[in-house]
Amino acid sequence: MRFSGLRVLTEGLTGNRGWRPHWRDPDPRPEYDIVIIGGGGHGLSTAYYLAREHGLSNIAVLEKGYIGGGNVGRNTTIVRANYGLPGNSEFYSHSLKLWEGLEQELNYNVMMSQRGVLNLCHSDGQRDAFARRANAMVNQGDDAILLDRAGVRRLVPYLDFDNIRFPIYGGLYHPRGGTARHDAVAWGYARGADGRGVDIVQNCEVTGIDIDNGRVTGVQTSRGAIRAKKVGIVVAGRSGQVAAMAGMRLPVESHILQAFVTEGLKPVIDHVVTFGMGHFYISQSDKGGLVFGGDLDFYASYAQRGNLPMQEHVMEAAMTLMPVIGKARVLRSWGGIMDMSPDGSPIIDRTHIDGLYLNCGWCYGGFKAVPASGNCFAHLIAQDRPHPAATRFRLDRFRTGVGLMDEEGTGAQHNLH
Amino acid sequence: MRIPCPICGSRDIREFDYMGHAQALDRPDPGAGAQAWDDYLHNRDNPAGPTRDLWFHGMGCGAWLVVERDTVSHEVTGATLARDVKGGAA
Ligand SMILES: Cc1cc2nc3c(=O)[nH]c(=O)nc-3n(C[C@H](O)[C@H](O)[C@H](O)COP(=O)(O)OP(=O)(O)OC[C@H]3O[C@@H](n4cnc5c(N)ncnc54)[C@H](O)[C@@H]3O)c2cc1C
Ligand SMILES: [Zn+2]
Repeated sequence: MRFSGLRVLTEGLTGNRGWRPHWRDPDPRPEYDIVIIGGGGHGLSTAYYLAREHGLSNIAVLEKGYIGGGNVGRNTTIVRANYGLPGNSEFYSHSLKLWEGLEQELNYNVMMSQRGVLNLCHSDGQRDAFARRANAMVNQGDDAILLDRAGVRRLVPYLDFDNIRFPIYGGLYHPRGGTARHDAVAWGYARGADGRGVDIVQNCEVTGIDIDNGRVTGVQTSRGAIRAKKVGIVVAGRSGQVAAMAGMRLPVESHILQAFVTEGLKPVIDHVVTFGMGHFYISQSDKGGLVFGGDLDFYASYAQRGNLPMQEHVMEAAMTLMPVIGKARVLRSWGGIMDMSPDGSPIIDRTHIDGLYLNCGWCYGGFKAVPASGNCFAHLIAQDRPHPAATRFRLDRFRTGVGLMDEEGTGAQHNLH
Repeated sequence: MRIPCPICGSRDIREFDYMGHAQALDRPDPGAGAQAWDDYLHNRDNPAGPTRDLWFHGMGCGAWLVVERDTVSHEVTGATLARDVKGGAA
């Protein structure tokens, strides 16, 4: 079933009776070449690219809940390539390019909207840091524009420019950044993978990983044992638990991150605006809701809901930056479990067990990574060597100290990112 | 969340800073080797359920606490002064 404007029109005029489910709902088979644990954005895109680019199709994605129920459906949908360090820089650049062709590639409307991401700065030092980052972005081949105060005002006149604590000095503008509809990204990849023969098995929790003589042989699940030649762990906030099934202890601590959405409003915020000093960022969804968030709650948690102190902090930051928001009413808030790594950068690597691969450590920024993470992880699983855009996401960098990617410069330590 | 500080009594979570799992108190020997230090500094059990972690009562008495709580329910079940735990078998 292909989507097209004509198809939408015809269906609309004939009572929408022709639509079919976008993917099958198969029972798991007893054996696959490759099993992907976790049906989030990264697991689904991994399966898609394994089929699309490596010609493999005897693959299952095992998801303990439903597709889109994890972080991929809980994030604030920001897509960008404004990283500064080698390793992250080429990877997120690769990802943004994949985003730009994703709807055509998947024949699926993921509502990719390159509305521009604007990071605000509030001191000379911060502006210098932005200038450096902008140069790194341009050197990578991506776009970055350093704006002065007047330039920021032209884009976003509704902000409070003269806040006494954080007056706005300028901003780093990244026009190709923006947002995408997060559920649609999961659904689009699921449909694309399914169409190429991948089994997407929902309500199937992996409860054990079978290892024989240092080699993975399959998994135990709530729906029975499944044999597999290769297994990929892509479970975001649950990485610690699933890796423990293979006897591994990961450099990951799971934390809670909250997000908020207001009632639907007329268009008011045209870009993604981030207020790093106040721990606040915002955009407006196509439905009109103001979607915003802040920092982690900052304690280890698997609750998928946060506490009131961080909610209050985020609301205060919102009022500081844009008092106009005081008239909006918050409709919902929720939380997701973040797989925090010590240096704030991800891991896409083999493990010490043959045939077992690991993809984790996305912290609060893994949505933008969905295309490239799947693309690079598929490459690693299929060819047993890293994709050129993800050579530095090594698991052993913490042990050796070589190649740490501490984007914020705070130290490669837990609880600092 | 409220934390029962052994010195100050039950206090709002906003008075505390979080410093991660209490394994930080079990510092290896300087010569224990790279694997032991990697485990200590970076690797975590990361439990879903009961855990013990370090909280600093910065806006109260200034003590470091080992707090027992549940990472799934957010229930806090107890707190001990870290100095009484440090080096002990706990
Ligand atoms: C509030 C919030 C805001 C965010 N905002 C942004 C943003 O603006 N931009 C950005 O780039 N990133 C953002 N992120 C981060 C991003 O959402 C995550 O990094 C990313 O979605 C994680 O990868 P995933 O999609 O594969 O995770 P998930 O969707 O969580 O997928 C993991 C899946 O594994 C499954 N699973 C776990 N254990 C098992 C098991 N034992 N067996 C089978 N399946 C299992 C889970 O059920 C889950 O579906 C945000 C996150 C949150 C919570
Ligand atoms: Zn106290």
